[in-house]
Amino acid sequence: MSLATANKIDAVFAELKAKGETALIPFLTMGDPDLAVSVELVQASEAAGAHMIELGVPYSDPLADGPVIQRASERALTNKISLIDCMGVAAEARRRGVQMPFILFTYFNPALQLGLERFFALLKEHDFSGVIIPDLPIEEDGEVRAIAERTGIHLIPLVAPTSEARVERIASKARGFVYCVSSLGVTGVRSSFHEGIESFLATVRNAASVPICVGFGISSREQAERFSGLCDGVIVGSAIVRQVEEALPQLRSPDEAVRRAGVDAVRSFIAGLKPRSRRS
Amino acid sequence: MNQVPDTYGRFGPFGGRYVPETLMNALIELEEAYNRYKDDPDFVAELRYLLKQYAGRPSPLYYAERLTKHLGGAKIYLKREDLNHTGSHKINNALGQALLAKRMGKKKVIAETGAGQHGVATATVAALLGMECKVFMGEEDTKRQKLNVFRMNLLGTEVVPVTSGTRTLKDACNETLRYWVSHVDDTYYILGSVTGPHPYPMMVRDFQRIIGVETKEQILEQEGRLPDAIVAAVGGGSNAMGIFHDFVGDASVRLIGVEAAGRGVDTDKHAATMTKGRPGVFQGSMSYVLQDEGGQVQEAHSISAGLDYPGIGPEHAYLKDTKRAEYVPITDAEALEALQLLSRQEGIIPALESSHAIAQTIKLAPTLPKDAIVVVSLSGRGDKDVEAIMPYVGGDAK
Repeated sequence: MSLATANKIDAVFAELKAKGETALIPFLTMGDPDLAVSVELVQASEAAGAHMIELGVPYSDPLADGPVIQRASERALTNKISLIDCMGVAAEARRRGVQMPFILFTYFNPALQLGLERFFALLKEHDFSGVIIPDLPIEEDGEVRAIAERTGIHLIPLVAPTSEARVERIASKARGFVYCVSSLGVTGVRSSFHEGIESFLATVRNAASVPICVGFGISSREQAERFSGLCDGVIVGSAIVRQVEEALPQLRSPDEAVRRAGVDAVRSFIAGLKPRSRRS
Repeated sequence: MNQVPDTYGRFGPFGGRYVPETLMNALIELEEAYNRYKDDPDFVAELRYLLKQYAGRPSPLYYAERLTKHLGGAKIYLKREDLNHTGSHKINNALGQALLAKRMGKKKVIAETGAGQHGVATATVAALLGMECKVFMGEEDTKRQKLNVFRMNLLGTEVVPVTSGTRTLKDACNETLRYWVSHVDDTYYILGSVTGPHPYPMMVRDFQRIIGVETKEQILEQEGRLPDAIVAAVGGGSNAMGIFHDFVGDASVRLIGVEAAGRGVDTDKHAATMTKGRPGVFQGSMSYVLQDEGGQVQEAHSISAGLDYPGIGPEHAYLKDTKRAEYVPITDAEALEALQLLSRQEGIIPALESSHAIAQTIKLAPTLPKDAIVVVSLSGRGDKDVEAIMPYVGGDAK
């Protein structure tokens, strides 16, 4: 556990708990529309108040993702963005002073093709604190988990409202936090969540010894606040990626000022998601 | 050779269950239901009745005498899956899974389709059992296979054109899985091939293995011995797995899977997963995959919509690596030629998928002695392809 306690994710959650705050965790698809903009968006996310960030590796077959992130993946892949390019974004953001923990979000095959040992060595080298692999359920994660434990990178698992008896098994092995899927379905903006969401989160809370965060479908401060009393963090993906999509003409502009305005638009959207402190 | 996947759905290193957590309990429930019913006497009797009286099984094993003489080598037998109701082997699996869905209390079914044969089979059994049905089909394929789209509509099924990614079978599969994730509480996914997460590769194989079981009985009756080789086309691999499976333990029988080489395996327009792919995780299981350096799955190309797929069932990967089966590529041009030859020699218009197996047989038979026996899986009939191939072969009769 000495490695785990040194993990940045744990430190951030400990600090937030002391302050009675909920973590805001944005997701960005790397390389959408290009790597330079991704670095600026990571910086902007921290400036907007994000506590940690998921850097999404674009993939040809994103099974767990809805249309918004699918389109972002397709855009990034037209630039042939690789897993290693995505890690490069993290390294550059660190060089520019970004402090928050990085979590890599990738489907399993790109990591597998890199070689799992090399994959984790690179995560470590690029100062990632955690990894989320949405198509790697606990039955298949033995080798990955062993390397993750050894390298001190948190393997963050997902649990779904359909997980039922599996919640206990998943949550008890979790590192970093448990990613609770808010509703049945793929990622994407939605107005309603699974009807038993409160009791689902309570079940996860009871089973987990690490913080629990909610994601899939959260797109507004109201929704973020609704969950903030029930969990330790909210993850916002598609809603932010959609802002990036809307700002594409600006983000692709060769004119520095125009591009900055695009980045600022995304930054203020993220700032607007931040739940107000639970204690205040 | 142990053919049963282990409890994790592994065929050696291949197979498994690589899906989002939301689907895991649904797959476990499906596996339990399948294990409960597969040997249940009522289930077996109902399936056997429908296969016989509704689908028309057993399908004939036909000695293609004129083709045999034309090629001047081994005796060629055709396993006539094209004569099944709906025109292909797909009905075997669709009936099996729909009966299972009914026993699981599901009233809605979904399916993916490439050429439309599995979609039509699923639409058919949904009509038969009074179930609501949606079929996901790549937009590109809805154009290539207009006739099958119309057939599905006639049967009361909604065909959902898939516009993401490649707009072919690969993305139709992705979209069906995504829809299933959102509707997993009341919807059954009738997956059409020996692909995807456990238990599908095992279950679809079991529902298709009747092809090989009948073939063995029929060839023993007609020839008094086992064949020397069995040839079958492989996209995901369900007709091939179906005809191979009962022969896996018969070491003297060569098992030959034929994959689509499109415009050639040295071009970037092919679907030759075994020849050009390498192991990876794709659509829920570990198997051979056409992919780039970084693990991005590549677009496949074949004139046949049913073979236009960058993956292959995990049990085929296992048969390849254990050297029990061999896998060879056939180009679009070779398949088109074979389609025409079989049409003229035997009066049978094969599906483009099956034409790949015929093309390999055209190469193989003349190299074998006259007393050798080759069985070809004629997995589907070619009516659906007639319009699509017109530009290639000249639509006007000579």
